[in-house]
Amino acid sequence: MTFPAPVISEVSRPYWEGLADGLLKYQHCGSCDERWLPARSACPVCLTPDPVWLTASGTGHVVSWVVYHHAYTEYLKDKVPYDVTIVELDEGPRLLTNIVNSHAGADLLVGSKVGLAIEIEEGVALARFRLLQERDES
Amino acid sequence: MRGKAVIAGVGHTTYGKHPGRDRIDLIVEAVRNAVADAGIEKAMIDGVLVKMANSEPSILYGQKVAEALGIRPKVGGSLDQGGAANIALISYAAMAIDAGLMEMAIVCYGDTPRTGSRAVFHRPRGDDAAYGWYSTAAGYAMIHQAYKQEFNPPDEHFGAIAVQCRQNALDNPSAHLRVPLEMDEYLAGKYLVEPMRRDDCCLVSDGGAAVIVTSAKRARELGIDKAVPVLGFGQGQESWDVHLRPKLTRTMAETSAQIAFQMAGLGPDDIDIAQLYDCFTVTVLQTMEDYGLAPRGLAGAFALTEGISPDGKLPLNTSGGLLSESGTPGLQLVIEGVRQMRGDARLQISNADTCIVSNQGGSMHTHATMILGTAA
Repeated sequence: MTFPAPVISEVSRPYWEGLADGLLKYQHCGSCDERWLPARSACPVCLTPDPVWLTASGTGHVVSWVVYHHAYTEYLKDKVPYDVTIVELDEGPRLLTNIVNSHAGADLLVGSKVGLAIEIEEGVALARFRLLQERDES
Repeated sequence: MRGKAVIAGVGHTTYGKHPGRDRIDLIVEAVRNAVADAGIEKAMIDGVLVKMANSEPSILYGQKVAEALGIRPKVGGSLDQGGAANIALISYAAMAIDAGLMEMAIVCYGDTPRTGSRAVFHRPRGDDAAYGWYSTAAGYAMIHQAYKQEFNPPDEHFGAIAVQCRQNALDNPSAHLRVPLEMDEYLAGKYLVEPMRRDDCCLVSDGGAAVIVTSAKRARELGIDKAVPVLGFGQGQESWDVHLRPKLTRTMAETSAQIAFQMAGLGPDDIDIAQLYDCFTVTVLQTMEDYGLAPRGLAGAFALTEGISPDGKLPLNTSGGLLSESGTPGLQLVIEGVRQMRGDARLQISNADTCIVSNQGGSMHTHATMILGTAA
């Protein structure tokens, strides 16, 4: 099994092109001020179409996380153990991501501050994050 | 609707492996057993409601099942709500019977993910698969982690559920897994998706199950004296995916139960037995708390101190649940609840007048609750 590249649609294209340009973008409703990810064609609160793309500051915090010890597909066998973490951006939207310096989740806490650390994998720019304050090892 | 509908008969196959058998073949066997259990004629059934097969969703599936059963139903079809669908279908059957659309319905399920394909449980989850987001288990592991972080329970709180469900399945001849499980073995288990261990996860089983729903009036006319009344039912759904939920440790299971309790005119303190959807151990703790059967964060403590064994304060999953009887999605819990209320369960609880049953699906997205009572 190969890398599961995202299926880029017309709705989500600005998100992935933004990451390729080093920017994390999210959607904003000009009508009700809702902000969200992942990309949708309309606001999930007031259903107004044509949301605006805004650029996130790139900082946020950890909500929850898991650590895979089992590889569900071939290409993940070299990655286990690895974390998948929920990050809530300071602007409000949430996304699933990996924390690049979490030592497979061992250093994570609810509320840990994180910052954007885009990585290119198989030619795709991914919105990974970095713990801003690593836990004191001493 | 309290008591207007009854479950007049139940049937199932053995659970585990059925190599070479078709999922609809398993449903036919389950229905044959349910018809015999109710003591009715198949020709009396004029409704065929089937939960979509997890491992192979398909269009007009309900009609394929009805054809195999040789029934031309007045009401039929299949429903997809993930694991909540079976109780949802029983409640829809109850209402359609009450409205006069039909008189007697079969609600059924069959699937063969054990000997067929379990790919659905391991699937990549949309674009997030690029971050390694795979499998059904991981969504529940995310909830398990959030529960741990909020309430700081010892791992034994999760283990108590796994150990009791296994204990209840040991002498169940239909059960998929009858190997004893002790707490130290649970705690020594390897992580699958941390913080979830292997024994936090339900089985993947082949099997079929069916129940017959009719009105209390019709059951009386037919002389089905062991028919079990449905006292209440309710539903509730999270729409947000796990990572988008404002709070991962609260779900619409709470709403689902409140509606069922209101219909039944009962509250959590009135419940004698619980058959709770145990696809993962955290699901049971979360459901107990959403249902008001235990205080927030303390369902595991309740299990360890008040007791969830057949002798405990709240006997739980008395035939082994999804964790040990069968990984099939939910009808086995309904069937065990019916047997407990009839008084012919294998591990029969004495002096029990009510049993609450939960079904849920997705990653705690969909919830359906049913409260059963004893025959009047």
